[in-house]
This record gives sequence, C-alpha cells and structure tokens, in this order.
Amino acid sequence: MIPTGEHTGNGIISIPRESLKKGESKKREAWYITEKLVEVMLFASAFIGVLTVFMIFIFLFKEAVPLLLNDASLATLGMKNWYPISDPPTFGLLPLIAGSVIVTAGAIVISVPLGVGAAIYLSMVAGPTVREILKPTIEVLAGIPSVVLGFFGLAVLAPEIKSLFDIPTGLTALTGALTLALMALPTIASISEDAISAVPGRYMEAALSMGSTRWQAIVTVIVPAALSGITASIMLGIGRAIGETMTVLMVTGNAGLLPDSMLVPVRTMTATIAAEMGEVARGSQHYHALFIVGAVLFAMTLAINLIADFIRHRMKEVE
Amino acid sequence: MSPKTTEKIAFNVLRAMAALIVLALAIVIGEIAIKGIPALNWEFISEAPRKGMTAGGIFPAIVGTMILVAGTIMLALPIGVMTSIYLVEYARESWLTRLIRLAVVNLAGVPSVVFGLFGLGFFVLYLEMGVSILAGSLTLALMTLPVIITTSEEALRTVPNGYREASLALGATKLQTILFIVLPNALPGILTGAILGVARAAGETAPILLTAAAFFLPHLPKTIFDQVMALPYHLYVIATQVPNADPKIPYGTAMILLMIVLGLNMIAVVLRSYFRRMRKV
Repeated sequence: MIPTGEHTGNGIISIPRESLKKGESKKREAWYITEKLVEVMLFASAFIGVLTVFMIFIFLFKEAVPLLLNDASLATLGMKNWYPISDPPTFGLLPLIAGSVIVTAGAIVISVPLGVGAAIYLSMVAGPTVREILKPTIEVLAGIPSVVLGFFGLAVLAPEIKSLFDIPTGLTALTGALTLALMALPTIASISEDAISAVPGRYMEAALSMGSTRWQAIVTVIVPAALSGITASIMLGIGRAIGETMTVLMVTGNAGLLPDSMLVPVRTMTATIAAEMGEVARGSQHYHALFIVGAVLFAMTLAINLIADFIRHRMKEVE
Repeated sequence: MSPKTTEKIAFNVLRAMAALIVLALAIVIGEIAIKGIPALNWEFISEAPRKGMTAGGIFPAIVGTMILVAGTIMLALPIGVMTSIYLVEYARESWLTRLIRLAVVNLAGVPSVVFGLFGLGFFVLYLEMGVSILAGSLTLALMTLPVIITTSEEALRTVPNGYREASLALGATKLQTILFIVLPNALPGILTGAILGVARAAGETAPILLTAAAFFLPHLPKTIFDQVMALPYHLYVIATQVPNADPKIPYGTAMILLMIVLGLNMIAVVLRSYFRRMRKV
C-alpha cells in the first residue's frame, strides 16, 4: 500500500505515521529475510563451480597417491613404455605425454594458420555475404560431436592416409592431428576474430591515411594490436586439442610407444584413460596409474587455461 | 612487387584458407549425410539392435541420450542460472568473485575425460551411485555448467540498467526486480544457453563412458540407477568394436547424432538472432 502524504510548509511530504501499519512492516521484514536467504542461496550455487574444480583436484590426486607410494610402480613412471598389464607392469608416462604432444602440435600447426587466417579474412576482408556463410560454418564445425569426427577419421581419413603414404595402418598421429585440427579450428577462429574486431577502427583509418595498403595495415597494425587475443585463442585451441578424447581414441591407433614420426600409431593420455578405465580393477596399481595420467592432464590443461585467461585479461586492460 | 600486388596475393591466400574450412566441413557432413541418410528409416529409429548389434535399429540409444540430456539440463540449468544471477546482480569485485570466475573459466577447459574420471571416482564409486543415469547426468551437468553460466551471464548483462533502476525507483526490492524485470527480459538469452548446453551434452561421449553408458541393453532403463545406451557411445562401440556390423548402422547413427546436435545448435542460433532483432526494435 502506498502511503498518502500531505504537503507541509517547506515542500517536504510528511507521511502520517499511522499509515505504516504493523502488518506492512512485517511484510517488509519477511521480504528482507527472503532477500537475504536468496542471496545466500545464489552465492551457494555460484560456489558449486569452485567446489567442483577443487573436488576434481582432490579426487584425482587422492586416487593417484597410492601409486606414488609404491616404490616398484613409482620407478616405472619415467620409463619409455606403457605396458600396464604385463608382469611386472610398467607405467611409463613418457610415450603418453609424447603422444598427446605430437598429435596436439600437429593439430595446432594446421589449425593456427587456417584459424587466424579465417579470422583476419572474416573481420577485415570478407563482404557481408561471405561472412554470412563463413561464420555459421565455423559455428557448425564447433558443434560437431567429437565422436562423429572420430568416426569420420576412422572411416574416411585413415584409409586415405594409409594408401597415400603406403603404410601398414592409417591410424597414425597424422590422422589424429588432422581430425583434431578440425576441432581446434573453431575455437581459434572465433576468439581471434573477436580480438581482431575489437581493434578500434581508427587504427585502420590512421594506417590507411599514412598511405599503407589494407594488407600492410593488417600485418603491421591490426594483428599486433590484437596479438594477445590471438595468443589466447591459440592457447585455448591447444587446451581443446590436448583434452580431446574420442577423436584421438578412434583414429590414432593407440600404441604405447615413443613415436618417432607422424606416421606411426600413438597413444595419447586422454585415449589411455578412456580405453583402459572401463576394464581396470578398482584399487589396482593400473587403476591408480590412470588417475596419475588424469592428474597430469588436468594440471596441463589448468596451466594452459590460466595462461590464456591471464593473456586475455591483460588484453582488456590495454584497451 | 608493389604493395598492391602483395595485398592481392595475400587476400587471395586468406580467401583460399576460408574456402578450405568450408570445404572441410562440407566433406565431413557430406560424407556422413550421403551414406547416413539412406540408412534412416522407421525401423532404424524405432527398434533395438539385433544379432549382436550387427543389425536392427538404435531406439534404446536415442531414448537413452534423451534421458541423460533431460537429467543434465534439470541439474545444470538452475545452478547455472543462479550462478550467473549472483555474478551479475550481487557479486562485488572481491577475491571471492574472482575465484568463482576463475573456477568457471577453468571448468570450461577441463578435458571431458577428466570429468569422466571424476564422475567415476566421486559419483559412481565414492557416493556409490554405480554406473547409472544419475551419475552420468551429474557428470554431464558439471561439464555443461560453464556453457550455461557464460550465456546466461551475457543475457543478464544485456538487460539495460535503466530497467533495474526504474523498477527500484518504483519501490520494488532487489529480488522483486530480478524476478519480475530482469529475468523475463533475459529469458531468451538464457534459453539459448540452455539449448547450447543440451547440444553439448547430447554429443559428449567421454564423460558418460565411465559413468552411465552401457554397451548393450535389451530393454529401456527403469530407474535413474540403471545404465543406459547413448547415441555417441553407441556410435563409438559400433565403429570400433563390432567389426562385422552393417556399415549402414554407424553412418545412420552418426547422421542421427549430427541431426540432433546441429539441429539444436541451429535452433539456438535462430532464437538468438530473432531476439536480438526484437530488442533493437
């Protein structure tokens, strides 16, 4: 209820006391309590995210520690092969890390020029019609489930690579790198495009008025100005590629040996977890070894994401 | 070479790169559509697999994916929206707020298989839910959370501050303003985020691999503590572990999965641009 007031001499409306009834103030109090309760509830939900990251951390390490305490298994972590079911088992992490790194590096070498190139093209060169085609294309690419890309790699790409290079199997690091490049590409292209579009238009105008061509302006002014955003996009692309599971599980052949070229089967960290976790006995050394792989993977992606986030924030401060 | 020629060459190289991306996408989708669409018929989507999954349909996998996704969104949407309301409407700049934001960013970057590993360790084994719909939905929900938080946050931020101020000036409390003014205006954006989250959850394999998915089930699940078949996992199994399956089956499965995921994405994109246009008017 709105209290009705009356004018006093000095123009201030004075509200008659009796209109603020008892019930009214109780209602107000109830609202006030509800407000506070809801705020606490909202905060609690927001905190679930923090809790989850924390819990993932705790659980991965809790399940990894028993192997670190077992001297025999611990000694094998630095070895060059991953033979978890031989006797005695060896849990060499090197081939898995090398597998992840080689596939990711291959994917990045392909997707960075394409992604950044597409981003420059989209924001600086393309007309509106081309943009209307290219932008949704990149969004659709981002939406394709990894298992579908893996199936494509397995059914189409692998046989092509096998016959092209005349090798015994088409399931190689290269096949993995090609399919992963498709997955990292949308991340790199869309975040780079945001960064390039965020460069103020007057930069381009100033460069053009100095007599440079558009391309010279892009290379010497625009890209350097957007460099932190582009770098962040590449970091996130790396994070996406290194954490990708189903695609590499299906197309890289999963051999637990140190790779010596792009044309041999490799086994990545993600694929190892996905392939072996289902069959492993809970509490065995193998089980704990897989959690170590998970912990290493988690630590790597966490570091990559933190760096990317840091770079992006610095970019915002510069603007 | 004159700068003009260099520019021409450079722009053509960029154009070629862009064309290559479109071409790659066209090949992937074209290949699956050409071999997948002929496999689609009523029997394929309405019957269970037969003869050790070498024949028959994928009905249980479709239903399983729908159940998992429904569970995911029921868990992730409220938490995600509440988080974004807190971040946009309540949070002040403090180390705690920064911590929450940092957690959301990092959660988005955690590899899906690590979510699976965590789901197995925490939900399946520690909380003793077993390999079940519940454990799978919870795992998928945690993974979808960042998508929903980011899009809802964006939606809440596009509601003009004038709306909030007008509402507060009329004597509404903060909560009333949020419930009756801010949320209705942000609803389309939140909906878009929810659909994108659903699409992401429907296509993921690694998180459910260890927490919910069954290789083969002759019947549909009865409770949330049962295992389920799911489309992405089914595609993985058929493609890699059933060598003598009719090749139509994996292509058909991939096609259905693509149609669901890309269809949802498209709905989200259309909704978003529709509501953006409405706001401008």
